[in-house]
Amino acid sequence: MGTDNQEIVLLDEKGRRLDGRLPGELRPIKIMAGVLHRADGSAYVEWGKNKVLAAVYGPREVHPRHLQNPQRAIVQCRYNMAAFSVQDRKRPGPDRRSIEISKVLSEALESVVLVERFPRTTIDVYLEVLQADAGTRCAALTAASVALADAGIPMRDLIPACAVGKVGGKVVLDLFKEEDNLGEADMPIAIIPRTGELVLLQMDGKMTPEEVKEGLKMAYDACKTIYELQKKALMEKYMVRTEELLDKETLQSAVERTEIPSEKTELLEEGAPEEAEAPEEEAPLGEEAEEVAEETAEEEVPETELLEMGEEFMEG
Amino acid sequence: MRMHYNVISELTREYIFRLAEKGKRRDGRVLDQFRDITVETGVIGTAEGSARVRLGNTEVVVGIKMQPGEPYPDSPDKGVMTTNLELIPMASPFIEPGPPGAEAIEMARVIDRGIRESGALPLEDLVITPGEKVWVLFIDIHVLDYDGNLFDAGTIGAVKALETAVVPAETYGLGENHPLKLREIPISTTFVKLGKAIAVDPTAEEENVARSRLTVTTDLDGNIRAMQKGIGGGFSLQEVEECIEKSIRFGRQLRSLLWENPEMVIERAGKEE
Repeated sequence: MGTDNQEIVLLDEKGRRLDGRLPGELRPIKIMAGVLHRADGSAYVEWGKNKVLAAVYGPREVHPRHLQNPQRAIVQCRYNMAAFSVQDRKRPGPDRRSIEISKVLSEALESVVLVERFPRTTIDVYLEVLQADAGTRCAALTAASVALADAGIPMRDLIPACAVGKVGGKVVLDLFKEEDNLGEADMPIAIIPRTGELVLLQMDGKMTPEEVKEGLKMAYDACKTIYELQKKALMEKYMVRTEELLDKETLQSAVERTEIPSEKTELLEEGAPEEAEAPEEEAPLGEEAEEVAEETAEEEVPETELLEMGEEFMEG
Repeated sequence: MRMHYNVISELTREYIFRLAEKGKRRDGRVLDQFRDITVETGVIGTAEGSARVRLGNTEVVVGIKMQPGEPYPDSPDKGVMTTNLELIPMASPFIEPGPPGAEAIEMARVIDRGIRESGALPLEDLVITPGEKVWVLFIDIHVLDYDGNLFDAGTIGAVKALETAVVPAETYGLGENHPLKLREIPISTTFVKLGKAIAVDPTAEEENVARSRLTVTTDLDGNIRAMQKGIGGGFSLQEVEECIEKSIRFGRQLRSLLWENPEMVIERAGKEE
């Protein structure tokens, strides 16, 4: 950053950026909830060329016991970049950058999770960057709160995150790799949409106070768009369940119809949407539903599938 | 090093918040007031540059060490600068020995960003033979007494140490020793939220009970060069804007307090070009 590179024009005369976007335009974002089987909750975010997975475990026992807080849960994020996620292979394991990012993301999440509900526990949030193209901490944090919601952890709100920066002398939204490398400033933020509070704010580069103000406003608006995408991802996962159950008319009839598991097998073969059919995932509808699912599953499911489920039940 | 936060009673917390909401603090300061600050330079003979900063009861020593080395392959025309902050157990009963923890790493990186992004020390200045040999410069911040706000004490110490550093060229047979050129004076200002109030330059106790923290680093022209929000909890947009305005003001005050003529520092560096 801070290098003014004359050869590469980051903004053309029409105000278009290198990748064709307008200054206030986000990259395409795709969010999916519940993509992993073993984790209590998970989410996947594709944000331009960024690919980030989030997994949540907990609330569970705190591992080094002295970290326990008798009054509340702690949220422990681990932001990690895969060795192959960047152009030059990254040496695996935590470096100073990822330790700092893990810290600020943990702190951002602690501001929305109802930590006082789970004293002495930890809520672990694992964030894996599989492919990076600038803005990974924002993508990771966006994925994290969706995964927390997917794990059924009570929260005040979801946290959407987005970066703004300064490129070619202009404030632009959501920098990608080249802009991040050659631009003049980068400022990732995250907000609690309901209260408008900033829970993540970092900046480096050079901006005037006016530009910071303009950037914050731009990022705020973008966060609201991302917030809708987060909610949509959760809806997509859980709305399907409700409809499915409605098809089965009542919860009670679902218990009686023993052919449900085989239907599921068929659906899976047809490449039905993710693991939306996995019966034990019906938890949001209450414990009864889960029990029902367990019963049916145990009776009819083919052996291989049963094995998978067995593992999941052990987790549960 | 992992820091264990002092357990503070709910009563103390409430008291600090109530006081702050009335515009007061336990040590008698008002919200918008730094503690007394003194800086001494050239305190360590073995370092290329050094500074000792006392900010209230906080005390840090910053040392600069330089040695020739190879540039990174992706930036052959730039030197290497590394900032490290050590929270040694002597500094507080709540610091345990061990490798740097997340707190120390965060502080070092925020201080580093302020210096790097402000262009206080352009890495191009550290080149000996382009693509082959450059100066590798270490900024080591040693915390001797920890009473809060290491961000600001560390930044001031690092800038002062850099300003007084002498490149040890003779030792390595690379010509005559010459001073480093400081090209900008970045100053960071750290705020914490105590209840609904925002206070500058927090003590350790205030940091401990604070709901959230914000550090803003500014340059001579009043541009923003680095920011970092920390601790759970949030700031409203308006609060952030207020902090930015204040940080510019505090930056000016601290610069004129610690430098006779801040503009001259930069001009001098420019002229020798």
